[in-house]
Amino acid sequence: MPLEGTHLGAPVSIPDLDKPNQEFYAHCSSGVLHLQHCSECDLVRYPTTTACPWCMSPEYNWKPMSGKGHVYSYAEIHHAIQPAFREHTPYALLLVELDEQKDQPNEYDGLRLNGNLVTNNGVLAPPDLVAQIGIGSRVRVIMNDLGEGIALPQWVLDDSVKQPENVWRYPD
Amino acid sequence: MTTDINASTEKYLRGKYAIVGIGETEYTRGSGTTTRALGTTAVRNALKDAGLKPSDVDGMLSYSGNDSIPSTSLAGDLGIRLNFYMDVMGGGSSTEALIGIAIGVIEAGMCNTVALFRAMNGYSQVRIGGTGGRGATAPLSGDALFSRAYGQSSAGQSFAHTFMRHMYDYGTTPEQIAHVKVIHSEHASNNPKAYYKNRVTVDDVLSSRVIVKPLHLLDCCVETDNATCIIITRMDRAKDCPHIPAKIMSVVGRCSKPRIDNHYQSGPISTVAGHYAKEILWPNAGLGPGDVDITGSYDAFTFTSMLQLEDYGFCKKGDGGDYVSSGIMRLGNKRPNNTSGGHLCEAYTHGMNMVIENVRQLRGEIDDSCPIGENGQRMHTYDYSEGGCRQVKNPEISANLGWAMPGTGSALVMAKGD
Repeated sequence: MPLEGTHLGAPVSIPDLDKPNQEFYAHCSSGVLHLQHCSECDLVRYPTTTACPWCMSPEYNWKPMSGKGHVYSYAEIHHAIQPAFREHTPYALLLVELDEQKDQPNEYDGLRLNGNLVTNNGVLAPPDLVAQIGIGSRVRVIMNDLGEGIALPQWVLDDSVKQPENVWRYPD
Repeated sequence: MTTDINASTEKYLRGKYAIVGIGETEYTRGSGTTTRALGTTAVRNALKDAGLKPSDVDGMLSYSGNDSIPSTSLAGDLGIRLNFYMDVMGGGSSTEALIGIAIGVIEAGMCNTVALFRAMNGYSQVRIGGTGGRGATAPLSGDALFSRAYGQSSAGQSFAHTFMRHMYDYGTTPEQIAHVKVIHSEHASNNPKAYYKNRVTVDDVLSSRVIVKPLHLLDCCVETDNATCIIITRMDRAKDCPHIPAKIMSVVGRCSKPRIDNHYQSGPISTVAGHYAKEILWPNAGLGPGDVDITGSYDAFTFTSMLQLEDYGFCKKGDGGDYVSSGIMRLGNKRPNNTSGGHLCEAYTHGMNMVIENVRQLRGEIDDSCPIGENGQRMHTYDYSEGGCRQVKNPEISANLGWAMPGTGSALVMAKGD
């Protein structure tokens, strides 16, 4: 059975043949971010791959992650290409570096996940919220349900910790 | 096995091949014709420029993103019988990479002379990045779940994390970057072929609307309809062609950073593929950045020119903002960049127009508005004011830096032939 849902009006369909992605998004539906974990070299990776980028092993299992990290880089989209995103401009694209596996296996490597800044309800963040984030902002993952047993990881400002005093923002 | 990335052990091809013909269509929005007709025009113009008959060309290469026609169509239309052809997927960085492939197949004895073309209706038919519909509403699956699901689909949306992070890591400013557009617009004002010929200021760039912060509208390249072609052959055959050959000193093709499936996993992300490519480019050429008279640094965006010039070693890492705002890239100064106006102003051709421009520069035959003398040659004034000359004085060495994405690039060093 393909794993199916909808996201901002667009159909989502992950075919049976694509087992790693079916598993990734099914795990998201459980509410906890899981990443592929290499059974041989013990490193975690993103996005899903068919073998380990560091040791080539095809064997993996799924490791639960804290889902916490900081904004490593970001962009504000003022001109949306996809029609469903137009009513949400400017929306924030985030590159979030997880707290786990920083500088491994090499210096400057990290688990850097794509996503959007969203409200606690999972809606693309409005302009006043977008204007608050910058490089260094602390964020945590939340899961957006797309359908039965399928969810998309997104990011909210982490209100359980103190935000850094000076996050870096593009100069206005 | 060595893990050294240096691929520069074989020097025997340095200077043995040349670009002997160049051709293009007009650069327009609304070509009013097919990519097949555009491609035919560009290849025919390149053959005429090289003084070759259809029977003199027996190899053909092209690149596209499912938005063009294959070599077989053009070869048929022009009466060219091929001993070799190949049409590959790809956009930016393909020009230089396929020049390397052309040398390889000629060296392997598979053919003698290769026509390399790119034909696209990049404005009126298939716009890059899904603008205008293509791909924007397709079902989400596979890799798209990690990108398009988040509203990350166009080139600007995909590259922005690298641009922003460079500003964070090195203090690069929007004003510094805007100079790339300003200077390329000055060059374009002296290029009758350029789609945008108006000169702009730093304020014009910074006050144009934001597309993807950190990119304003004028930080982004133009979209146009056009075809371009270059002809590659062995240097000994080049002597029969009417123009001074542009001798190929070194070529790098689609050299990539680690984790090219998703290069943001491997840092630093403010470093681009040129960091690796330069270790092949300069040793193979037997030259360094200091020897280069003209650069053609792929300007899909202002930032892409800056990042490549920096990572190929034209300045210290992190000093790209200073380099592009110093004036060094302006015609009349030490090392002009994109003298045609490049992708920001002349036309979008996925890299080939900037190679064509440097071939003309090395020949001393830039097609500006300078008067044509009795011998049929243009009498260049070297007055670079608006509407004037854009020929660089006696350039000997050029470098083209081609960009596919932050993680992949190609490059080409050419020298003025004899």
